[in-house]
Amino acid sequence: MKKSVFLGALTVAGMVAGSAAAATLDDVKARGTLNCGVSTGLPGFSSADESGHWEGFDVAVCRAVAAAVLGDPEAVEFVPTTGKTRFTALASGEIDLLARNTTWTLSRDVDLKFEFVGVNYYDGQGFLVPKELGVTSAKELDGATVCIQTGTTTELNLADFFRANNISYEPVPIETNTEARQQYIAGACDAYTTDASGLAASRATFEDPTAHVILPEIISKEPLGPLVRHGDNAWGDIARWTLNALIAAEEYGITSTNIDEMLAGTDNPEINRILGTEGNLGEMLGLDADWAVRAIKAGGNYGEIFAKNIGEDTTIGLARGLNAQWKDGGILYSMPFR
Amino acid sequence: MTTMTDPHRESFRLSMLLYDSRYRSMTIQIVALIGFLTLIGWLFNNTAQNLADLGKEPSFRFLGEAAGYDINQMLVEYNNQDTHLRAAFVGVLNTLLVAVLGCLAATIVGVLIGVLRLSNNWIVSRLMTIYVEMFRNVPVLLWIVFTMAVLIETLPAPRDFRGDDPSATMYLWDTVAFTNRGFYIPEPLFTRSLGDIHLFGDAMLRFNLSLDLIAIASTLLAGILISGLFKKRADRVQEATGLRPKTWYWRLGVVFLPTIAVLMILGLNWGHPELKGFNFQGGTYMRNSLIALWLALSLYTAAFIAEIVRGGILAISKGQTEAAAALGLRNRRIMSLVILPQALRVIIPPLISQYLNLTKNSSLAIAVGYMDLTGTLMGITANQTGRELETVLIGMLIYLTISLAISAVMNAYNNRVKLRER
Repeated sequence: MKKSVFLGALTVAGMVAGSAAAATLDDVKARGTLNCGVSTGLPGFSSADESGHWEGFDVAVCRAVAAAVLGDPEAVEFVPTTGKTRFTALASGEIDLLARNTTWTLSRDVDLKFEFVGVNYYDGQGFLVPKELGVTSAKELDGATVCIQTGTTTELNLADFFRANNISYEPVPIETNTEARQQYIAGACDAYTTDASGLAASRATFEDPTAHVILPEIISKEPLGPLVRHGDNAWGDIARWTLNALIAAEEYGITSTNIDEMLAGTDNPEINRILGTEGNLGEMLGLDADWAVRAIKAGGNYGEIFAKNIGEDTTIGLARGLNAQWKDGGILYSMPFR
Repeated sequence: MTTMTDPHRESFRLSMLLYDSRYRSMTIQIVALIGFLTLIGWLFNNTAQNLADLGKEPSFRFLGEAAGYDINQMLVEYNNQDTHLRAAFVGVLNTLLVAVLGCLAATIVGVLIGVLRLSNNWIVSRLMTIYVEMFRNVPVLLWIVFTMAVLIETLPAPRDFRGDDPSATMYLWDTVAFTNRGFYIPEPLFTRSLGDIHLFGDAMLRFNLSLDLIAIASTLLAGILISGLFKKRADRVQEATGLRPKTWYWRLGVVFLPTIAVLMILGLNWGHPELKGFNFQGGTYMRNSLIALWLALSLYTAAFIAEIVRGGILAISKGQTEAAAALGLRNRRIMSLVILPQALRVIIPPLISQYLNLTKNSSLAIAVGYMDLTGTLMGITANQTGRELETVLIGMLIYLTISLAISAVMNAYNNRVKLRER
C-alpha cells in the first residue's frame, strides 16, 4: 500500500524536522493541544459521536493527560491510527501520546524504543464466532477462516496457538476493525479474533449480539496501555502518574462528584498528596499542584471511566474482572503517591 | 609592410564564468548540482543522525529472524517459523502473480474495448465510451474496495452450501463453487506424476518446480514451434505458386495431439472441491482478495489501454485501408496484415507505462487483505520489527527491479515491431 511508503517518508521527514527534541511537555504547552493517537473507531474505547466529539475508555486517558498538562480536557487533537500506522506516528512525533489498546511487549518497549506508562486494561486475545456454527472451543476451529487485524500482536499469538494445537487455519488479514466486522458479518470468515474487549465492543454493534459467542479460550496476555516515545522521561512520568492518579482516585474513593469536598482537606494524607493540598508532587512533575484534580475531573476516576464507557451497564458490557482494584480481587494497583 | 602578430589570445578570467555566455550555463548547472548534492547529503546525514539519536541504527539483521506470522496465499511453501526474508519472497511472488494476471487480462479487455469503441454500431461504441470514462475517472483504490465489497456481500458463505436444503449450490455438475471467500475450481491431478525438483536446497529462494508442468509446457512449446514451421512452408509455397495450401488442421494437430498424449500418460484427473468442515477442501482456491484485486486492476487499466489502442488504430491513415482493399485483401486480413502491425508501433510505448502502473498499483493490495510485498515485508514485518525505513527501502528496490524488468522486456518487443529504416 502506498500509505506505508508515504508513512516511511513521513518518518524520515518527521525526524529531519528535528522532532526528536526531548521536551515534549514544552511542545505541548506551546501548541496548546495534546496530539493523541487513538484507534480509527472501536466502540467504547475510542470513537467519535455524530458531532465529531471523541469518547471512550482510551480517549479518557488522553483527556485526563490534557487536563493535567493544559488544564482543558478538550484541548486534544485526536489522531486516528491503524494497527499499522500507530508506531510510526508516535516515533515520528506526529502524536505525543498513543492511547490505542496497545499491548505492552518487550520488543515494543525495547526494540521499537517506546515507553509504556502503565496498563489501563488487562486483556487477552479471544475468538468471536456465530452461535449457529456450533463451536464451543477454539480448538475446534481446525480449517476455519479467521479474520485478523494486521500489524498487531494478534497475528503472532494466533500463529502460535494454532501451531501449538497442531491445527490449521486460513488467516484473512484486515486493515481496520470496521472491515473485519463487515467480513465477519457476511460470513467471509468463520471467526474473528482480537482482544476480548475489542470483540465485546464489536459484538455490541451487531444487529443481534446474542447470535454470537466469545469462545472461552483466552490465548494470550494483552496488557493494554498508553505509551510515549523513549528519550523524554519527564513526559513519560506525567503520563504514567496521570494514569496512576485515576486508578488511585478510585482506590481512595475520590470521584468527580466528591472531589471538591475533598479539596477542602481530608484526614488521609495520601488523598491530600494526590489532590495537591499537601506536599509538592505536582511541582516535581513540572506541573502545578492541581494537576491530578483536573485529571480526575475530566472524566472521573478509573472506575467511573470504566463504568461509563465499557462497563456492564453499557452496550459493551464488560465485567471488571482482572481490571478490578487489587482490594476487590483484581490486579489494578496504583503506585503510592509520596 | 605589415607586421605579423599573433591573433589576440583571450586570457581566461574568473568573472567570465558568470558574464561569458559560453560558460554561464555550465556555471549555473554546476552550482545547482552542488546545491542538490548538498541537500541530499544533508537529508541522509540528518536521517542517520536522528535514527542514531533514537537508538535505531539501520540494520538488516531482522531479515534472518523468524517471521512468526502466517500468510494465506503461498506460491511456495512457507510456515510461520521461516524468516522475514522468506515471507518477503512469498510476498514478491504474490505481487508478480497479480501483476502478470492483471497485465494479461487488461490487455485482452483493453484491446477488445478499444476496437469496439471504433465500432460503427452507435450503441456499442457509446457503451464502450461509458466503460472507459467510468473506470478511468474513479481512483483505482475505490474500484478495488468496491469489487471486494461486492464479492463479500453478494456471494453465499460456505456454510450456505451445507444442509439438506442449502440456500446455495455449486455449479457445473458440482465442480465449481463461488463463495464470498473466493472461488473453488477443479485442480488438475496426475496419477503418474513425475514429482517435483527442489531448487536452491534450504536457501531463502528455494522452491519446488513441478516436473509435470515442465513436461506439459515443453511439449506445448515444441508443438507451437513445429506449427510455425508449417506456416513458413505455406508461406514459401504461396510465394512460389500463389496458392496457399491448407495447413490449419496440421498445425492444430501438431500443437494439441502431443500435449493431450502427455496429459494421458501422466494420468490427468480433476480434483473437485468439497465442503468439509468450515471450508471447501480440494480443488484450486482463488481467494476473493486475489479476484477482487485482479479484476479491479485489470478493468481499470483496460480503460487506459483501450484508449491507447483506439489512438493507435486511428493514427493509421485511411489511405492504408483503402490501398489494401484495392489490392483485394479482405477486411480481416487488412486489419492483421496492414493496420495492426503499424498501429503496434504507436501502441507499445504507452502500453509499457500501463503495465508498470498496474504493477505498482498492485501495492494497494492490503486494502483487501491480499498479502503482496507491501502486505508482508512493508506491512506485517515492518510492524513487528519496527524497521520501517529498512523495509520500505528494500520494498522500493524490489518494485524498481520488477518495473525495470518489465520495461526491458517490453522495450525489446518494441524494438522488434518498430519501423525499420532501411
